[in-house]
Amino acid sequence: MTTQDAVLELRDLRTEFRIGGAWHAAVRDVSLSVNKNETLAVVGESGSGKSVTALSILRLLPSTGARHGGGQVLLEGKDLAVLAEKDMARLRGNAIAMIFQEPMTSLNPTMTVGDQIAEAVRQHRRISWREARELALQALEEVKIPAAASRYDDYPHQFSGGMRQRVMIAMALACKPKVLLADEPTTALDVTIQAQILSLLADLKTARGMAVVFITHNLGVVAQIADRVAVMYAGEVVETADVDALFARPTHPYTEALLRAMPRVDADAAALDPIPGSVPAITAIPTGCAYASRCPLKEPRCETTHPVLEAIDASHQVRCLVRAPSKGQP
Amino acid sequence: MSAVPAPAPAAARPNALWQALRRNRLSWVGIGLLLLIALVALLAPWIAPHDPLQQNIAYRLDPPSADFWLGTDSYGRDVLSRLIYGARVSLLVGFVAILIAMSIGASLGILAGYIGGLVDQLIMGLVDVLLSFPTLLLGLMVAAMLGASLENLIIAIAITEIAPFVRVARAPTITLKQRDFVEAGRALGYGPLRLMGVHILPNMISDVVVLGSLWMASAIRTEASLSFIGLGVPPPAATWGGMIREGFENILDAWWLTVFPSVAILLTVLALNLLGDALRDAIDPKLRSEHS
Repeated sequence: MTTQDAVLELRDLRTEFRIGGAWHAAVRDVSLSVNKNETLAVVGESGSGKSVTALSILRLLPSTGARHGGGQVLLEGKDLAVLAEKDMARLRGNAIAMIFQEPMTSLNPTMTVGDQIAEAVRQHRRISWREARELALQALEEVKIPAAASRYDDYPHQFSGGMRQRVMIAMALACKPKVLLADEPTTALDVTIQAQILSLLADLKTARGMAVVFITHNLGVVAQIADRVAVMYAGEVVETADVDALFARPTHPYTEALLRAMPRVDADAAALDPIPGSVPAITAIPTGCAYASRCPLKEPRCETTHPVLEAIDASHQVRCLVRAPSKGQP
Repeated sequence: MSAVPAPAPAAARPNALWQALRRNRLSWVGIGLLLLIALVALLAPWIAPHDPLQQNIAYRLDPPSADFWLGTDSYGRDVLSRLIYGARVSLLVGFVAILIAMSIGASLGILAGYIGGLVDQLIMGLVDVLLSFPTLLLGLMVAAMLGASLENLIIAIAITEIAPFVRVARAPTITLKQRDFVEAGRALGYGPLRLMGVHILPNMISDVVVLGSLWMASAIRTEASLSFIGLGVPPPAATWGGMIREGFENILDAWWLTVFPSVAILLTVLALNLLGDALRDAIDPKLRSEHS
């Protein structure tokens, strides 16, 4: 899965939180890579470590209570995990940008939207306010805000949720980042607006040749936007595949269960299958397979042996003792 | 994910502030009085009928008359003219002292709230020490240490009033620093200074300004008190507190020496309180006092 032209690559990334005096890993040895002009969707239910992974890449977790537990975050081959905070701040919003889930509260209510974008540009470019304003206006037009020039001096509360998310995207993309981390950017929007934002992101990705990491729990969104998918469970990647392969041949029982739990227009709504139980707390990760307690295929060895991520074919990997080609035998 | 969007803060809705001020009639009394006093202070050299420092023993302790509307003091100086010039000192000291206290206090409060931990404990410990002294006692100590002059008086009063601004700035900072837009700013590479100054401060400046208008009344009171005990602007300059002290010796046979400056202080403090209350109500209706 390691490729020469990977823009962003995680190698065995581990992020730990301090809970009750002890350090527990919320992201456990995650390895991912994203190429230029590629969208990697990271899927999983709440508590699976998707957002923490994104925040770990940008090193935005609070310094008290969270720490880097090992592994590398390589941006074009340069490890971000060991950068000084000053150099890291220079990369944020410049080489790597992030958009958040909640467009209603992610903009400063006391600043006009245009100035907020201009401020983001000026943070990383030595240019005058006048030039920054021009770039900000271009950014607003690029995210297709109608009558962008006349809305430049409006405040966030004068914008709808979808328009605010466009502004957030304009801010994140104003410095032409190589990598965009999108943490459930459409979750708070209704479905029609969601579709518009997704196609906007897809257009911008192609136009800029960006690498996009798209975090979501919505498999419908994955099918629409992703080139490749990584399924996360309890802080681990349990399956990665090209998007078509994943939907056609889900291999990990958790991926299968997720697909069965997804409403589809081409299937009977009554056939939705919920997954019993919930993700184990990070303080109580089992020694064997983390999914064992909810898995219909569970065998006794699943509770004692921790499965490794194993390749099924060139671009498809799975972490399962039962389903992997070697059946867990070395 | 919260379903209910947070309401825009009052600062982002100037119309709401205006509406609330318009509804509160008492606030207009306050604003009117303040404007009047400020105008009098500003135009003092033109509207004062006499030189406030001109002594004239022949007219010593004259009661109010057509020549001297509010009478004369024990050196024969015109009380009205001294009152008018005294307004300059009171307003200047009150305004500048509050401006200093507000800047230092709000900066410390934002630092304490944003950084937290040891810095927070240190700053708030300092604030508790400041708060444990009665305002007047603290002002007295500082003024006595620095010596009596206009600048020192301002410094002394500013120091006594830093503490409430620290507290009022710290609390919203703690909630604001966890808001999504501050997090988003961090993801854009903004440093702590930019986050504090550009993204946190403007979202709570209204709270600080309201407190400022309320505490300016207290600053003017403290100025009068310190001048009364001789630690204010040294004589012969006219100050309201100083005039009351000088008149105090003759309180039984020259009532006008103490009553008029007292009334001036009362009106100024009242005006500031009315305005401050109205502003506070406009910004946070939950704090509305029973009587307004």
